[in-house]
Amino acid sequence: MNVQVSRRGLLKGLGAGLAGGSMGALGFGALEPAMAASVRPYKLAQMRETRNTCPYCSVACGIILYSLGDRSKNARSAVMHVEGDPDHPVNRGTLCPKGSSLLDFVQSETRTKYPQYRAPGTSEFKRVSWDFALDRIARLMKDDRDKNFIAKNGDLTVNRWTSVGFLGASATTNETAWMTYKTVRSMGALVFDNQARV
Amino acid sequence: MTNLWMDIKHADVITVMGGNAAEAHPCGFKWVVEAKAHNKAKLIVVDPRFTRTASVADIYCPIRQGTDIAFLSGVAKYLLDNDHIQHRYVAAYSNAGFVVKEGYTFEEGLFAGYDPEKRDYDKSTWDYEIGPDGYAVVDPTMQHPRCVMQLLKQHIAIYTPEMVSRICGSPQDKFLEVCKTIASTASPDRTMASLYALGWTHHSKGSQNIRSMCIVQTLLGNIGMLGGGMQALRGHSNIQGLTDVGLMSNLIPGYLSIPTEKEPDFTNYMGKRQFKPLRPGQTSYWQNYGKFFVSFQKAMWGEKATKDNDWAYDYLPKLDVPTYDVLRGFELAKQGKMTGYVIQGFNPLMSFPNRAKMADAFAKMKFVVVMDPLQTETARFWENHGEYNDVDPASIQTEVFELPTTLFAEEEGSLSNSSRWLQWHWQAQEPPGECRSDIEIMAGLFTRIKSLYQKEGGAFAEPIVNLTWNYATAHSPTPIELARELNGYTLAPIQDSAGATIPAGKQVDGFAQLKDDGSTACACWVYSGCYTEKGNTMARRDNTDPGDKGIAPNWAFAWPANRRVLYNRASCDPEGKPWSEKKKLIEWNGKQWVGFDVPDFGPTSAPEAGVGPFILNQEGVARLWTRGLMRDGPFPTHYEPFESPMANIPFPKIKGAPAARIFKSDLADLGTAEEFPYAATSYRLTEHFHQWTKHARINAMLQPEAFVEISEQLAQEKGIVKGGWVRVWSKRGSLKAKAVVTKRIKPLMCDGKAVHVVGIPQHWGFMGLTKKGWHPNSLTPVVGDANTETPEFKAWLVNIEPTTPPAGAVA
Repeated sequence: MNVQVSRRGLLKGLGAGLAGGSMGALGFGALEPAMAASVRPYKLAQMRETRNTCPYCSVACGIILYSLGDRSKNARSAVMHVEGDPDHPVNRGTLCPKGSSLLDFVQSETRTKYPQYRAPGTSEFKRVSWDFALDRIARLMKDDRDKNFIAKNGDLTVNRWTSVGFLGASATTNETAWMTYKTVRSMGALVFDNQARV
Repeated sequence: MTNLWMDIKHADVITVMGGNAAEAHPCGFKWVVEAKAHNKAKLIVVDPRFTRTASVADIYCPIRQGTDIAFLSGVAKYLLDNDHIQHRYVAAYSNAGFVVKEGYTFEEGLFAGYDPEKRDYDKSTWDYEIGPDGYAVVDPTMQHPRCVMQLLKQHIAIYTPEMVSRICGSPQDKFLEVCKTIASTASPDRTMASLYALGWTHHSKGSQNIRSMCIVQTLLGNIGMLGGGMQALRGHSNIQGLTDVGLMSNLIPGYLSIPTEKEPDFTNYMGKRQFKPLRPGQTSYWQNYGKFFVSFQKAMWGEKATKDNDWAYDYLPKLDVPTYDVLRGFELAKQGKMTGYVIQGFNPLMSFPNRAKMADAFAKMKFVVVMDPLQTETARFWENHGEYNDVDPASIQTEVFELPTTLFAEEEGSLSNSSRWLQWHWQAQEPPGECRSDIEIMAGLFTRIKSLYQKEGGAFAEPIVNLTWNYATAHSPTPIELARELNGYTLAPIQDSAGATIPAGKQVDGFAQLKDDGSTACACWVYSGCYTEKGNTMARRDNTDPGDKGIAPNWAFAWPANRRVLYNRASCDPEGKPWSEKKKLIEWNGKQWVGFDVPDFGPTSAPEAGVGPFILNQEGVARLWTRGLMRDGPFPTHYEPFESPMANIPFPKIKGAPAARIFKSDLADLGTAEEFPYAATSYRLTEHFHQWTKHARINAMLQPEAFVEISEQLAQEKGIVKGGWVRVWSKRGSLKAKAVVTKRIKPLMCDGKAVHVVGIPQHWGFMGLTKKGWHPNSLTPVVGDANTETPEFKAWLVNIEPTTPPAGAVA
């Protein structure tokens, strides 16, 4: 994790400096503590800031994610606010109608939360464990690869597998892309594509 | 993008054609507004719809969808006829004077070598004449009858303003106003930026749409310049990255290619990838192909890839067809030839053309795995949702897995934006429920499959069990471990170009250090430099911008080699002096190239050496004519969409684009203009991002319900009222939506006939928080661009009528 200067923290610091410094210099004396106590602390100042980029279009606007939770044991962090990153050279703090509502994407009630499995011919998903899902998928993939792998076409060595397809995601990271590429290609898979066309 | 978002502020003219940046890329479009406000830039918008981009344009010119090549060829003709080209640039930096082989022809809409059965060309005559010295013959006077400049003039001679207007439906006066404004950038100190997106790519000749503008920009000397260039505004946040890292059937990361089965061994494969310079002294940077390829094989298989086994060449699969893209994948699935599909963050049921075909294909597979942070329609293709997904689950025998993934806020890593910037982001919250990152899921799957092969053996297990897997936690590699592999590292001590020794086990500084002797490993050469011994350059956050050039060189990392403007050597004249002091990017100082950007050139290569600025090309110059590099022709040609309201005016015998890809069964699914008289097109709205934001409450409230957009004239003809329900149907399917009757779409007069446009936005489905609706893919044809297999989503035919609401919908 890199060290990030908190913009809100900076504002908070400036505010405290104001109460303890310049106002005192102006001779308000005892008013100061009362004044400072009457100012309701800005909620976002209590939050952790994380630099991120918008996952929608390819402008890749810089965003700041404000989250609750200070990483202490049992404190679950949760994003509560999203705003444009003023330091970002492209969007300079601005966001569009999509980026402005990213919080609703993160908190969407129709997010997937647990692995689910639909058995042949049935009409509903059932919650399953990760081990069940991954073991079963690995089995299905290996059985098909062993059955349909094409090592030779006549005399030519071709080592290809074309009966299971793979599609890569357009909002995953480059690191995910590489993990996907290396594992899929190592199996000799050729039916492999991404979202570049849609 | 050849340039970058902020660079748009330097443009004098901005043409948005094949895109709608104000709505689809709003924060990037602010740089267009900046150029208008502070650089007195003129904005041209050419689009079938009067979009929000058009609403702030200086010139709006309507065009019938699918006719961009005719329009832009007409622009190129105007530039040549009226002598508005940048002469020195064209002479020194393009292939205008290159002489083409005898035998190359273009007659009645077809280039030499066409085979109608294969729908493909024998491209052997599409090349330069080679002289006795082994190099391409060049006529610097550009007068040779077979030189590119003369062939170009002949090729575009038919696109007169009258012809452009007949084909495109663009009024002649508007067209000429556009030509005149574009022509103003022929002067060395004025530039035009071309902004485009899927409005150009979603066609059976999408690549050639882009080529047409490349020709215009090269004639004007606008490539490599500040405020110039070809700006592809990519649709998704990391589709640039997915393409760079090669997640396509025929790619190896960094735009290397998967071998075909006609390349049985490494020698043969490399023999076809020599990239010898076509002119004396040219760089032809792809000559380094072997270094990038061997380093990739070492990244994959480490010590198992040796010189003796041709760097494990046999571990790579060999192609028998040009590509196994999605259109082919689902064609095979429909034919019952696919067992399963593993789908990462993708909703193909609501993305690929001809939904009925997609649904059929899914139901024929044994298993489908969907990894996604959202509940997608694809994961529920078997579930009955009334009219919106009318299927019988009992008859579908597919096993379906829905695996919950993290999203951007719950993970770290890099995304590559349109400017080719790799920007790192950090995790802000814990994932909900049991969500896992895609990395962990893929690693979990892979380690299971690998251990099955270790236990049981099976078909060709070697590339699986020997895959490099040096991760601290085998089932959960970290993004940093993977980023380090993308950058590349030494496996043995190497010498860098200055003669210094870099020990084994170090991160390389960049791709210039990669070797073809097995001493380096690098997953993706174009990304080399992203994670060096100095650390993660993608995480850099210094936004300092020397000279206010809109470069910010120390913000994140730009590929290649942190270069921000591609081809920037072309921003200087042949002597190395900037064409325009105001637009200075780099310059030759007598000893080396210096300036605001990393030179796209040998840093000490003197101008008098005569090396061309387009160092990746074998010619060293930009191509007005592309040899045999495009499947559908060395020049762009006007072809109608596969479903079109008009015949091809200049080439009446030709239907569709001759080399575009269409499968036999899909050919039978094309409709005619008699049955389906209206020209349909699909697009995005500014409130939504594809089908993702229908899961976000605010966006679902902003645009809650599907609609189609038609002109007042068509509404009157068909008795359709504002807000009334309509049915829109094509040869392949039908959908219902509410009608938006608008002045933003007007009938186009094409060859004396009114063509009505029907606009269909693409954001609804049967999952999420919006009202249920259909995606235009219920209607679209399965036709792929000849070079990229991109579906023709922007131009097809429909019919329309007033109808009753779907069951349960409010009237």
